[in-house]
Amino acid sequence: MVFGNGLRALALVTAAALALAMGLIFFYAPLEADQGFVQKIFYLHVPLAIVALCGWVAGGIFGIQLLRTGDRKWDYRSYVAIHMSLIYGVAVLLTGSIWAKASWGHWWVWGEPTLVSFLIVFLLYCTYQPMRFSIADPEKQGRYAAVFAITAGAFVPLNFMAVRLATPLVHPRVFTRVAGDLPGSMRLTWLVSLVAIALLFVTLCKLELTSKSAKDNLRRLRRRLEARDEAAAERAFVGAN
Amino acid sequence: MLHLLAQTPALPLDEAGKYVAAAYGVFVTILVVYVAIIGARFARVERELNELADMAEEHDELGQREPEHVA
Repeated sequence: MVFGNGLRALALVTAAALALAMGLIFFYAPLEADQGFVQKIFYLHVPLAIVALCGWVAGGIFGIQLLRTGDRKWDYRSYVAIHMSLIYGVAVLLTGSIWAKASWGHWWVWGEPTLVSFLIVFLLYCTYQPMRFSIADPEKQGRYAAVFAITAGAFVPLNFMAVRLATPLVHPRVFTRVAGDLPGSMRLTWLVSLVAIALLFVTLCKLELTSKSAKDNLRRLRRRLEARDEAAAERAFVGAN
Repeated sequence: MLHLLAQTPALPLDEAGKYVAAAYGVFVTILVVYVAIIGARFARVERELNELADMAEEHDELGQREPEHVA
């Protein structure tokens, strides 16, 4: 399994996209009339949340592929997508709390369905790694983790829809058909930011996959070399006697 | 470049500025910590690879000496 192909080009494109997004956020997008400068967090927080949720769903899809084909590369992909989404999830919760404090005066609002539902999904996925690594047999580990990823991955869009149907308390619904939509410059900035954050996700996933695959290949190589050494020592012992 | 920077609007770093800086700071910190962890992991892989290369060389040397010993 080789996961590192095209990593350098992808990293360069990601860096360029992130630089462009930061430039647009701070020097192009106008200040929002209601929240002012604090609204700049929106261009970071919302793409992070969307990409994290998509990553969890992707983890489920890769889990399906593992169960269909039995190919271990899907297990790697499922694990890494979920792992990276957890890291993004931490960033979502922290940036969201900072934004909440700045605009509502509270770090967290327990009555708000959007916040609490994201926390529930995040906590659900926090159980993935302990569950996965409590199983020693790699075959079984992959299959059980895939079942978890599929079940939890199906829960993510359901949860998202339930939140959209619920009445918001304080969290804004920006992309709706009834409320006012984003003006062109803000929309463009947000879209570039979303692409940059998504590219960063893919780049980090590729990096993690490369590291994981390199580690596993090294382990295999070590086992083979040790077996060869043992065989050579045995031959030398038999030859000496 | 300086001319271009002079043309850009000044950022209103008042009360809101510290929250925006904190949010983006959190993002950058998480990114840097993650890259550092991955870097440490690659350093470990490199160390193990060197160990395996030494092991393979030793094995080859042993393989060359072995026929003489048997003979």
